Amino acid sequence: MTDVTARTKSILLVGVGGQGTILASKVLSVGLMRAGCDVKMSEIHGMSQRGGSVTTHVKFGRKVYSPVINAREADILVSFEKVEAARWLYNLKSGGMLVVNDYEIHPLSVLTGEAKYPDEIINKLKTRVPNTISFNAGQIAEGLGSIKAQNIVLLGALVKGMKLDNLDWFKVLKDIIPPKFYELNVKAFSAGAAQL
Amino acid sequence: MKEIMTGNEAIARGAWEGGCHVAAAYPGTPSSEILENVSLYKEIDSEWSTNEKVAVEVASGASLGGARALSAMKHVGLNVAADPIFTMSYIGVNGGLVVVTADDPGFFSSQNEQDNRWYALHAKIPMLEPSDSQECLDYIKDAFDLSERFDAPFLFRVTTRICHSKTIVEFGERKEVPVKPYERNPKKNVMQPSAAKPRRYVMEEREARMRAFSNDCKYNRIEWGSEREIGIITSGVSYQHAREAFEDIGDEVSFLKLGFTYPLPDELIKKFAADIKTIYVVEENEPYIENFVRQLGIKCVGRELLPAVDELNAGIVRGALRGIEPKEAYSVDVTAPPRPPVLCPGCSHRGICFALSKYKDIVVSGDIGCYTLGVMPPLNVTDSVICMGASVSAGIGYGKAFALAGEPASGKKVNKVFGMIGDSTFFHSGITGVIDAVVNKSDLALCIVDNRITAMTGHQENPGTGRTIRGEPTRQVDLAELCVACGVKPENVRKIDPYDLADTEKAVKDAYNCGEIFVLITTRPCALIKDVQRKRANLYCEVDRDLCVKCKACMRVGCPALSFKEGHIEIERSMCNGCTICAQVCPKHAISRAGEFND
Repeated sequence: MTDVTARTKSILLVGVGGQGTILASKVLSVGLMRAGCDVKMSEIHGMSQRGGSVTTHVKFGRKVYSPVINAREADILVSFEKVEAARWLYNLKSGGMLVVNDYEIHPLSVLTGEAKYPDEIINKLKTRVPNTISFNAGQIAEGLGSIKAQNIVLLGALVKGMKLDNLDWFKVLKDIIPPKFYELNVKAFSAGAAQL
Repeated sequence: MKEIMTGNEAIARGAWEGGCHVAAAYPGTPSSEILENVSLYKEIDSEWSTNEKVAVEVASGASLGGARALSAMKHVGLNVAADPIFTMSYIGVNGGLVVVTADDPGFFSSQNEQDNRWYALHAKIPMLEPSDSQECLDYIKDAFDLSERFDAPFLFRVTTRICHSKTIVEFGERKEVPVKPYERNPKKNVMQPSAAKPRRYVMEEREARMRAFSNDCKYNRIEWGSEREIGIITSGVSYQHAREAFEDIGDEVSFLKLGFTYPLPDELIKKFAADIKTIYVVEENEPYIENFVRQLGIKCVGRELLPAVDELNAGIVRGALRGIEPKEAYSVDVTAPPRPPVLCPGCSHRGICFALSKYKDIVVSGDIGCYTLGVMPPLNVTDSVICMGASVSAGIGYGKAFALAGEPASGKKVNKVFGMIGDSTFFHSGITGVIDAVVNKSDLALCIVDNRITAMTGHQENPGTGRTIRGEPTRQVDLAELCVACGVKPENVRKIDPYDLADTEKAVKDAYNCGEIFVLITTRPCALIKDVQRKRANLYCEVDRDLCVKCKACMRVGCPALSFKEGHIEIERSMCNGCTICAQVCPKHAISRAGEFND
């Protein structure tokens, strides 16, 4: 496990309230802890749950001090929604990895027609960030039976991208996810990993 | 055993391990999960109290009765509870008494950024400040013993990043502590002047003992580095930020890590500073430690380089103290439209906010809860938000000002003042305002938006829900009966369903025209309550494109399930719960509800 504990790494997970970023972060953190890492995870709830922009910070390594990721210093940015990837990209350090859900949730300003949802987001992101993993996790999750599993689809891709797919993630899912959703989430995780 | 836990979970675990018997709290982000987790331990008698003052008084009584007691609240909750805390400092404890204050540097979900460490100084009560979840557990476990040892209530100060960060925790088992015997002791416990004055001298003597302890306890420790150039004095999560900010030269730098932060350890600080060339004080918000260090005549660097506003992180500390900025990061030429939180689809506050939004000559005195989101466009309802309960009392004051102003030469002509307050907030501190309005003849129109739960903080029970913190059935307090009992005329109390827009609009009109206090209660459970979601999962509204004239009247209700896409109004079926507010505002009856209720 020397490779996973060598230097503290930072993963910033962003999305829209209600997309399941916190659960995905929890599965990730428990998996990393079981792999022998020190892990800290910081989440923000409260007003931001009401459809607002949300962020979760996960840091792991031999010894982690601050639970908060510094501006412009995330090693990995995982965005559960397209425009949120653009909003938070300034936190991804050069050479970092971007995992982005090719999925749109329109904020109220766009719904009412006051603002415009930007075009060509994924292409623009890919031009800037060579190490970009992008696919529609929402569609995959819906195909498996529930849009709610898109968080675990993205987690599957993230873990594969981090080359940590050798850890026993199904066991972690089993210990955290309620039994009746376990099968769905195993499928979701595998489908996400298969995107790479 | 080892687990990854939030600070709040660790506090609950530590309280249980430390032999806590009684716990009382009012929910408030970032503290709410403390009592939720405490209530899972059957050995601890837990309650959601009506407000923070009640919670601290319940805990105080339990302590005087011999039980180990805990109370928890967000930072502004401590303002409400300050009264009993200041005098409990005089009385002291029988069973250990610990009050958790969860501060919110960075305003993640609060109306202000007050630094509650000053409360310890002001009330002269000892304070512990953990810097991660492990310390949350270890410190609170000890806090009950220490409270009994010093005969003082303890302040346990945490912040959002401590409460809501998960870090790895090793935990143990409960220490069974019997409830202590009770002896009547009026000289110590009845705080009238002749008893209070001698207690004040006892507090001075206690202060000296606590300071001696602070200088020589495991919570305050020097971590010497190999060099004596740089020394950092810090506490709480700032310790973690500072450690990371100096990680590359971490072996050289010395740290004075403080966990027992009232009284601060004067001798230990002097000893640390004597050997160090440059002292930095790293702390969020107020210069609480820095001021003390300066009082000792020690030169230090703190607020002159570190920001006074917002939370810190390691990058800010590193940039400010070492001038090291982050390397390159990515950027992209995309303007992300803002995404503030909004009233949810099916929110029971939408109807009343919409009805109020039609009046341009009113002021809406707001309060603390989800309905504050009515201030956002397109509803634009709410003129001010101060604190819990202020919708009612500030509403009374607005009325006085506008009555005196008469016809204004400029500015807005206000013909009516409305108040808007949630069910839980009303029980917390709206009732006293209503009595004031009745007795002092205010003509306030008060909307109690009753969504049958304490919603914003994550669905906690309140006196109107009929369930205790453990979900046991209990007596429900009826809002309408309560208002009548407070003296509001029964004919001026109106209960309506806010999903019925015609009824809601009529009630708002009657309230507008009423010359005395009028209470309008909108009753409809929060759309996010699991049972509501289940029952309404297959309900949705749809647009008949043949009837729709694209006037966008429906968009004015501000529902995120509605959009105007490619020339058509669309309703996102997965988001819609069929509340029909949009359908009721459609002049062409182009929107109708489809689907069925689940049993």
